[in-house]
Amino acid sequence: MRFDTPATTNPIDQLRIVGQPVDRIDGPLKTTGTAPYAYERHDVVPNQAYGYVVGSAIAKGRIASIDLTAARAAPGVLAIVTADNAGKLGKGRFNTAKLLGGPDIEHYHQAIAIVIAEMFEQARAAAQLVRVDYVRTDGMFDLAAAKDSWKPAAGFDATADSGVGDFAGAFAAAPIQLDASYTTPDHSHAMMEPHASIAAWEGDRLTLWTSNQMINWTTDDLAQTLGIAREKVRLVSPFIGGGFGGKLFLRADAVLAALGARAAGRPVKVALTRPLIANNTTHRPATIQRIRIGATRDGKITAIGHESWSGDLPGGGPENAVQQTRLLYAGANRMTATRLATLDLPEGNAMRAPGEAPGLMALEIAMDEMAEKLEIDPIEFRVLNDTQVDPENPSRPFSQRQLVECLRTGAERFGWKTRNAKPGRLREGRWLIGMGVAAGLRNNLLTTSAARVRLDHRGVVTVETDMTDIGTGSYTIIAQTAAEMMGVPLDKVVVRLGDSSFPASAGSGGQWGANNSTAGVYAACIKLREAVAQKLGFNSADTIFAEGQVRSGNRTGSLAEAAGDAGLVAEDAIEYGDLGKQYQQSTFVAHFVEVGVDVATGETHIRRMLAVCAAGRILNPKSARSQIIGAMTMGVGAALMEELAVDKRRGFFVNHDLAGYEVPVHADIPHQEVIFLDETDPISSPMKAKGVGELGLCGVGAAVANAIHNATGVRVRDYPITLDKLLSGLPEV
Amino acid sequence: MKPFTYERAHSPAEAAAAAARTEGAKFIAGGTNLLDLMKLEIETPMHLIDVNGLALDTIETTPEGGLRIGALVRNTALAADERVRRDYGLLSRALLAGASGQLRNKATTAGNLLQRTRCPYFYDTNQPCNKRQPGSGCAAIGGFSRPLAVIGASDACIATHPSDMAVAMRALDATVETVRSDGTTRGIAIADFHRLPGDTPDIETTLVPGELITAVTLPKPVGGKHIYRKVRDRASYAFALVSVGAIVQRDGTGRVALGGVAHRPWRVEAAEAEMPRGAKAVTGRLLAEARPTQENAFKLPLVERTLGAVLAEAKG
Repeated sequence: MRFDTPATTNPIDQLRIVGQPVDRIDGPLKTTGTAPYAYERHDVVPNQAYGYVVGSAIAKGRIASIDLTAARAAPGVLAIVTADNAGKLGKGRFNTAKLLGGPDIEHYHQAIAIVIAEMFEQARAAAQLVRVDYVRTDGMFDLAAAKDSWKPAAGFDATADSGVGDFAGAFAAAPIQLDASYTTPDHSHAMMEPHASIAAWEGDRLTLWTSNQMINWTTDDLAQTLGIAREKVRLVSPFIGGGFGGKLFLRADAVLAALGARAAGRPVKVALTRPLIANNTTHRPATIQRIRIGATRDGKITAIGHESWSGDLPGGGPENAVQQTRLLYAGANRMTATRLATLDLPEGNAMRAPGEAPGLMALEIAMDEMAEKLEIDPIEFRVLNDTQVDPENPSRPFSQRQLVECLRTGAERFGWKTRNAKPGRLREGRWLIGMGVAAGLRNNLLTTSAARVRLDHRGVVTVETDMTDIGTGSYTIIAQTAAEMMGVPLDKVVVRLGDSSFPASAGSGGQWGANNSTAGVYAACIKLREAVAQKLGFNSADTIFAEGQVRSGNRTGSLAEAAGDAGLVAEDAIEYGDLGKQYQQSTFVAHFVEVGVDVATGETHIRRMLAVCAAGRILNPKSARSQIIGAMTMGVGAALMEELAVDKRRGFFVNHDLAGYEVPVHADIPHQEVIFLDETDPISSPMKAKGVGELGLCGVGAAVANAIHNATGVRVRDYPITLDKLLSGLPEV
Repeated sequence: MKPFTYERAHSPAEAAAAAARTEGAKFIAGGTNLLDLMKLEIETPMHLIDVNGLALDTIETTPEGGLRIGALVRNTALAADERVRRDYGLLSRALLAGASGQLRNKATTAGNLLQRTRCPYFYDTNQPCNKRQPGSGCAAIGGFSRPLAVIGASDACIATHPSDMAVAMRALDATVETVRSDGTTRGIAIADFHRLPGDTPDIETTLVPGELITAVTLPKPVGGKHIYRKVRDRASYAFALVSVGAIVQRDGTGRVALGGVAHRPWRVEAAEAEMPRGAKAVTGRLLAEARPTQENAFKLPLVERTLGAVLAEAKG
C-alpha cells in the first residue's frame, strides 16, 4: 500500500480497540517467566554447548601470540575459535570494528576468542586459561584532547554543517547573547537482558535464536559477516529484555555463537557477560557542545548556533547532537555543525533518542540560561520562539506541532506559577527546592514495513511480521490494529513477531516501530478484508467488519466462513510517498521537574515529574505511558548519575558493570505523571500515529538541570550533575 | 571460576584448623561477595569451608551489659534486633544503608567486615592491582579515582573499604572475637582489625591464616543520638562517596567514624575532642593527613558538610 496522500477516515478511526488502554497481551508470559528469551531457549534444539567470550585486555595494538594449549586441555572444552581459525570473515554494514578481533586490536574488550565447552562453568574457566601476548600501541582516548583534530566523516560531510542567513553577523549584533559550552559523557544502554544468542547449523543453514531489535538488518549483516547467502540464515527473536539501541545491530554474541557452533559441530549458546557490555558493544558517545543564541531584548531569537564534537573509531559516525536545533525554535539566522574526532575507545552508536537526547540536554539548558538573561519566564521564552514551519525552509510546515499546548498544559497542571524565578530562594528543612522545564522534539521517521495476515476456519487472525517487541508493547498494538481492522476481539488475534522468515518490518528503533509496523499490519489487513469480501461475494467498498461478522447491505457472513478450511492469507507493506518531504513530522514534549537538593551534601532528589506529549494518535495509552515514564527515568539517570568513566591512559570504560555504572533505582524516582494531548496526524500514516519511545527522553535531563539551578543557583553544564559539581555553590552549613 | 573442593565445618575450632592445614582454603558464609569474586577469578580458593552450619547466629547480652553478635547473624536480623535498634541505632542504620534487602538476608556480620574493596580496577583482571596481584602495580592511581580513598592510602593502593556496618562497629568500639587454628581464641579491637594498605594492600586485616571470626561484641551502650548519614550518587544500592557515623551526646561530645574515605573505617579519637567546636574543627583533625586525587578532592568538603548536617540534626 502506497501512502502518499493524507489519511482520510478509515476503520482505525472507530477506536473500538485501538487507542484503548488494554493490557499487554504478552503480559502473562512475562509475569509467569515463560516468555522465551534467547538464552533460555533450551527447547528449540538439543545438545546445546556453551560459549564464553574472551575480550581484549588492551585498547589498541595487536596480538603477538595466543597460546591455547592450557585452555584446550581444560575439562569439557570442545573448541576454541579465534581470528586464526575462524576463516575469512566479512563485516556487517552496521559494524565499525570487527566482531572477532585479531591480530589487530581496535578497542578494549573487543572479542578475540570464544571458548566452547559442555558446561558454562567449564567454558568460563577455560577462557581464563587463554594466554595472550599483546603489543600495545598508543591510542587517542580523550575527546577534549582529540576535539580539534576532527575530520569530516565519510558519508557525513555533506550534512555536517547547516546554515541559514548570516548567523555570525546576527549573533554579533544581538543585544542579548549566550555563548556557552556543555558536555555529555559516554552512556551505556545498560539493558536488563545482556546480548545473547543460540546458534545451530543444519548443513549450511544457520538458525540463530537471539535478542535483536532489527531482524532484517541483522540477518543481512550476519550473512555478510559469515560470507554465506542471506537465504541460509534464519533469525528468531520473539522477546527482547530491553535494547535501547544496544541491540539494533549484529554483535559479537551472534557471530561467535555461529562460529562456535560450526567449530564444535553442535548448537552453541552465548551471552555477553555484564562486564563486556560496556566495552565490547556500542555506547552513546560523549559530546562537547557549543551553543550560541542571540535575541532581541524582548526575547525574539535572531541567531541560533549549535556545534557538537564527538569521537568514534575510524570509519564510525558522529553523535548528531545538533539536529533538533535545526527545528525546535524560530530565528532567521542559524548554523549547526557536527564534528567527528577519531578515538580508540569502543565504538559509539545509537542509544535511545540518538542525537536529540544529548543535544537537548545542552540546548534546553541554554534556553533556560537565555530566558534568565532576558528575565523572561522560560516557558514564555519558548512560546515566543515557537515556529509552525521548518525554520530552515519556511515553505515546509510541521504536520502537527502542539509544543505550545504541551508547555501551557504542563504549566497549569504542574503549578508552574508557584515557581520563584529567582534561584535558591525556596527551602524546606534540609532541601533546597526548585522547578525546571524543558521542551523536547523527536522526529517521526517513516520507513517501509510489511506484514502477513492469516485468517483461519475458526475466525482467528494471525499476524506475522519480523517486527520486534523490546518491552515496548509491539505485540499489543499490532494485535489491537488487526482486531480493529478485522472486527474481531483481541482474543481472536495471534501475533507472531521477530522471525526473519516473516515479512520485513520497520523493526524497533528511532521510535519508528509503532507507527510503521502497525501501518504495515493495516495495509495487510486491507488486503485481507478485500479477500474476505471477495470470498463472500460482497462488494468490498461497503463491507463492514464488526463483532466477528462481515456485513454488506442486508447480507451477513462470518470470517470463519470466508476463511474456510484452506484459510486466507494476505501480505502487504506500507510504503511512503513524499509526505515526509512536504511536511516536517515530529513529536513534541514539555517536561516539568521539581527537585530538592540537600543543602549540605548536594544530593539531588527528584520530587515530581510531568511530561506532556503531543505525538499523534496514541495507539495504547497504557503501554505508551510506560514508554514515557521509562524514558523519564532514563533521563533522570543521564541528568544525575550515568557516565561511563573513561580511563584516558588505558583507553577503556572503567565502571563496566551495574555496580559501577549507576542507573536510577526505585528510590530515585517519584510519582511520574504523563499527559498525551488529543491529537491525530493524518500525514504520518493511516494509523495517524507517531512514536513515543524516544520522545519521553528528549529534554528530561535539561529539565532536571534547570530545576537544580532554580533550587541552588548553581548552573552545571557538564553532565551528570553529581553532587561534587554543586558543593562549592551551596550555602555554608 | 576455578574448580574447588568443599566441606562443611562442624565446629569453629575445627574450621580454623582445616583452613590452616588446607592450601588455598577460604571460609564461606553468605557468599555475597566471595562468589562474585570467584566467578571473575579475582578470588581463586582451592577449597571452601562452609561455616553456615556453625551455631554462630545468635545475639546475646554480655555480662558487661553489651551484646555478643554471632559471626553468622545475617545483616537483616542484626538490623532488626530490638536491642540493636534501641541501644545501638547507629549499627542498625548503617546496616540498612547498605546493599539491598536480598543481599542483607544472606550477608553475615563477619562477612560484612571481610568484604573486599569495590575499586573498579580490582574488579578487572586485565588491569594491574596490587591488592589482587601483589607487585603488579596500581591502575587506579592516575586513573578513575573518584570513588577511592583520600586518606591513609599508599603508593601501592588507594582502595576504600566498602562496608557501612564496619563504620558503625568502629564508632561503637566493637571487638572481633576469633578462634585460631590451634584452638586458642582472642579478641581484636575493631580499631586494630582492618589494616591500611601500605605496601601490602592484599593483606587487609590482622587475622592470621586460618583464623575464624566467631562473634563481634559491643560494649555496653553509650547512649547519645545515633546518626548514620550515607552520601551517594543514587538513593539506594550504591556505595558511599562518604558516610558519617556519629554518636552525639547531649553536651555535644561524642564519636565520629567515616566510610568511603580510606582503606578502613576512618576514626581519629583525638579529633572527637573537637566535636563541641563543630564540624570544621573535627574534620580538620580527622582528615589532616588527607592526600586526595583531583577527582576525589570533593570528599573533603563533603565530609565537613555532611558532618555539619549530622551535628545539626543531633542538636535539633
